[in-house]
Amino acid sequence: MLTDLSGWTVAAVVVLGVLSVAGGIAVFVVDSMARATFALLASFLAVAGVLLAFDLVYLAVVTALMMTIEMAIMAVFMIMFMMNPAGLMPMTMVHNARGSAVTGAVTFVVLVVGIWTVDWPIGRTERPEDSTRQLGEAIMGSHMLVMLVIGIGLFATILAGTVLATARGRYDRFGADLAAKRPDDPIPGGLPR
Amino acid sequence: MPETETAAAAWGVVPSALLVMGAALGLGWLVAAVDRVVLTGAGAPAVLEPVRSSVRLLTEQRRTTLAPDPLLWRLGIAAVPVLAVLSLAVVPIGGRTLWSTSVDLVWFNAMEALLWAAVWLVGWGPNAVHALTGGYRFLAQGLAYELPLMFSLIAVGVGAGSLRTADILSAQAGLWFVVSMPVAFVVFLASAAAFAFWGPFGAPTGADIAGGVTSELSGVDRLLVEAGRAIFLGATAAMAVALFLGGGSGPWLPGPVWQLLKTVAVVVALVWAGRRLPVLRPDRVVEVAWTVLVPVTLVQALVVAVLLLSGFYAV
Amino acid sequence: MTAELVLQIVLTVAAGLIGVGLFGALSQQSIVMVMMGLELVLNGVLLAGGAAWYFLAPELPDAQMLVVVALVVMAVEMAMGFAVTVAIYRARQVDMVDMATDLRG
Repeated sequence: MLTDLSGWTVAAVVVLGVLSVAGGIAVFVVDSMARATFALLASFLAVAGVLLAFDLVYLAVVTALMMTIEMAIMAVFMIMFMMNPAGLMPMTMVHNARGSAVTGAVTFVVLVVGIWTVDWPIGRTERPEDSTRQLGEAIMGSHMLVMLVIGIGLFATILAGTVLATARGRYDRFGADLAAKRPDDPIPGGLPR
Repeated sequence: MPETETAAAAWGVVPSALLVMGAALGLGWLVAAVDRVVLTGAGAPAVLEPVRSSVRLLTEQRRTTLAPDPLLWRLGIAAVPVLAVLSLAVVPIGGRTLWSTSVDLVWFNAMEALLWAAVWLVGWGPNAVHALTGGYRFLAQGLAYELPLMFSLIAVGVGAGSLRTADILSAQAGLWFVVSMPVAFVVFLASAAAFAFWGPFGAPTGADIAGGVTSELSGVDRLLVEAGRAIFLGATAAMAVALFLGGGSGPWLPGPVWQLLKTVAVVVALVWAGRRLPVLRPDRVVEVAWTVLVPVTLVQALVVAVLLLSGFYAV
Repeated sequence: MTAELVLQIVLTVAAGLIGVGLFGALSQQSIVMVMMGLELVLNGVLLAGGAAWYFLAPELPDAQMLVVVALVVMAVEMAMGFAVTVAIYRARQVDMVDMATDLRG
């Protein structure tokens, strides 16, 4: 069965796919950590472009939105924790590169063999008019349980992440006997205390 | 709901893209000129000032710094105006948007999220401490305004029952959204100032860090970033008119005129108020945003949802 | 071009992303770079999920839900990864996985 994507769209999908893989490789090749982070962002944006070509407008735009914010935060942490943030002092920080490369290559080969030998069941049904509406109705209807679990998971992440990342507890803020009237915070914040 | 054709479908892709570019330049000029008038109190000469300073920046020689990251720097600089124009693509001009998806509001938000990366890159590129400090300040400020902005957009989407700008316009035929969502309106305008890092949210370009992200920009680079900021501010004012003030609806005058008048009014109000407020420190903004604005905008979304269920909106 | 061929090309690209990401996650010493590798693997999942929806089951929202879940997993991975990195750095100035092998248990 012929695809209903136009020739230009297919070409764009292929180019974006190559770009996304190239961005992914660049992440581990470039010296500068800032460039590595934004190479990863380029990879995400290329995948978002492919999703756009597949009529998944909401998922494409939300991927671009989330991943950009994530990578902007990532850049801060990369520069905070890496010894070579700007790539001005080239160094390699890898272990077991050969084993990792073999694992990555074997995984790729196994997946590719599967992809090109499976008989894909294509084109048996109708496309929805609006993929965003389909997703929204699924989230608020048949697949609501998934979103409920996601919500609880994200809430647990917020709590656990804050607890792990902060070094200060209530005894640091209010004193050993919790008697202080005003918390002793290093950053005053914007609200009266 | 009536289907509105996009501008690209109605007038062709190239003419409508040119129209959006023209609208972007016009909005950027409007913001800069109003800013000039508010700042100096000068009358007619201020109208030409943005043009004159643009020409001066175009002819100015570009200076550079020691060991910059030219690739990322140029990328960030070019991205600021490009994102501003792209965000204008879903803002209705003369009742039509350049292109329309089922997720216009998310598109607008995504362009502004991409600005995080762009501004940080503008700060990172020159290998200069003040510029990088400005970039970090912008990220901190971004963490503050992003959630309230999203919740105010969600309130609009819930009220209209659609994320498409055209549907939001037609949902306001009876009553403008600003009546039932005043909090979302104010938060949206404040976020506009915040993501154009302008006015009270100008800490990323603060005088205490010698101009911050813009401190090492010169010539055409500075022109692009400043124009991008102005266009973002103007585009958000135009978007606010579409989302909260009923777009082109109004008596006697034709729609586009009303839309233009409302946009000019919002720009003037925004610039006038913004220039009269002190610059806020990002650490203070974050606390206020998370402990006050997030709950308030959530309640706003709840109120809209309850009103929707009670049949308040004619959807 | 047949739809199956396009699907196979896109899935191959996704497999490439997963392979590169796996290499990165296994070979990098810095914790933050390990997270970049994991993100790349999930990027491949996003692409494969989108392709599966478009070519195999557009009438069902399941593949779209898979992409949403992958996005959430990415966000959770980032948040917890950064929190753990900050915690271990604060405790003993460690920012590389090789210096934390005693956490193996």
